[in-house]
Amino acid sequence: MVGRSARDEQQLLEAIEEIPSDSLSYHTHNFFLRHKYIAGPYPNDFATWAAIQVRDRVLGEKLGILDPYDFENLEVLRTEIVNIIDEHLSQLQIIPRVIYGEPFHFMQSWIIEVPTGLEARTLTEFRNILATVDASVIYYHNFEAILRLGRRKGDFALWIEEQLDLPDLAKKICRVDFYITSLESIRHRIIKMCDETLGKETHE
Amino acid sequence: MSHLEDYREVVPKGTIDFLKRLAERVKGRKILHINSTKLGGGVAEMLRSDVLLLQDIGIEAEWQIISGTEEFFNVTKSFHNALQGQDQHLSQQMLRVIWKLTGRRPDAFPSMRIMWSSTTPQPAALIESRPAQGKWVWRCHIDISRPQWKVWIFLKQFVANYDAAVFSLPRFAQRLPIPQFLIFPSIDPLSDKNRDLSPQEQSQILSRLNVPTDKPMLLQVSRFDRFKDPLGVIQSYRLVKKHHDVQLVLAGGEATDDPGGETVLSEVREAARDDPDIHVLLPPPMPTWRLTPCKGQPLSFCKNPFGKGSGLLWLRRCGRESQSSAAPPAESPYNSFTA
Repeated sequence: MVGRSARDEQQLLEAIEEIPSDSLSYHTHNFFLRHKYIAGPYPNDFATWAAIQVRDRVLGEKLGILDPYDFENLEVLRTEIVNIIDEHLSQLQIIPRVIYGEPFHFMQSWIIEVPTGLEARTLTEFRNILATVDASVIYYHNFEAILRLGRRKGDFALWIEEQLDLPDLAKKICRVDFYITSLESIRHRIIKMCDETLGKETHE
Repeated sequence: MSHLEDYREVVPKGTIDFLKRLAERVKGRKILHINSTKLGGGVAEMLRSDVLLLQDIGIEAEWQIISGTEEFFNVTKSFHNALQGQDQHLSQQMLRVIWKLTGRRPDAFPSMRIMWSSTTPQPAALIESRPAQGKWVWRCHIDISRPQWKVWIFLKQFVANYDAAVFSLPRFAQRLPIPQFLIFPSIDPLSDKNRDLSPQEQSQILSRLNVPTDKPMLLQVSRFDRFKDPLGVIQSYRLVKKHHDVQLVLAGGEATDDPGGETVLSEVREAARDDPDIHVLLPPPMPTWRLTPCKGQPLSFCKNPFGKGSGLLWLRRCGRESQSSAAPPAESPYNSFTA
């Protein structure tokens, strides 16, 4: 826990300007890791707090449509969030604050990479392993790979394209909008795509 | 007692394998949990499961209990209540009782351990006895978001000397000069308390407890503690009773570190004295204390409206007493020392 909280939107703005990038990442990108099964109505903690706790749905919507994966790094994302809140507050006479809800508590987290020891050499093996691993594996190979490791696409799509020479399947996986769904939903979609490709190969 | 592999069927895919992989990094480390009661209350219940699970993944986990005089636990109970926001008068004499605990056992803690002081506030002052090596972590299980300030300031002088603090919710965190971590409350889905009972077992147990089955039941399962507000539950029951012919079951255990429990229990018995539809039960603590939904019988469940304890109450359901004895299990992992 960062040990900092905000009771109104001005405090939220000021804190976002100063918190460590690990905290910014926790409240935006890591949101998916903490909601593995159900995609929430607002896909980051700032939007959720503004809409639910402050009851400022306008700011909630403005922050909710931000896709953190559209930004090349966390500092660019931070600037955009600050600009959105700043612009929103500039149009108001009174700063919206928590009356009945909870303050925003800033958190921070670290991703620890743990090799699972599982290896896939074929699409069938990949599909079978994907069906059984912890959902955080899906997060790591798709979200972390792009954001922190700077890869142009997720590990799954990259490996399927380069190692299995299945560019069509890789393209399909890339087209999944990770931002509006849950990790379990992503798992099911990718498995389904693999099954379709495997069925097609068997048929051919 | 359940082991890690037993949870494979109830946890999400891959979780057990992931934990085992993660545990390779901490294999051989030593952790000592310290709390103030081995039976009764959520902390003892959680530690009973936690210690075995930690051992399963290769950590040398142990559990020790501080024991103390009635005076000591009276003071720490007042502390406990004050930290959860209840007005309490704590004199200098009472604070000295807490101080007495410190420095008493400088040789009690082997070095090279990670120490977990596992409940609030009883063992917190043990930090004064810390050896040079090892990390000490203060684990706070209660809601201290609105503490009685003087009491928190007193406790903070100890807490600030730990290497880290762990809270159950972000809003329980305080301004401290040490890192603070979040571990959400948890419950053991495989504990005896949470297993399903057959209809036959249910009727046998209800019969033994003299709880009739002809009326819908309102139920609160928790220790007899002001923060669980059993008297408030009786008032709520009386409001419901005006319109529905229901019965109320208040089932709670005792904890050795809670000397105030007896007073609350006697107040509850007094309030319930003239009403044959209020059943006050005092079953033995875990592991013989089973809680399972009472299938086929209309039930409502109450939740304590005040402080957030260990979180076990969230999932507590229907109270049942088993036939076995209240003695701790032979494989219980705790040891004890006296403060």
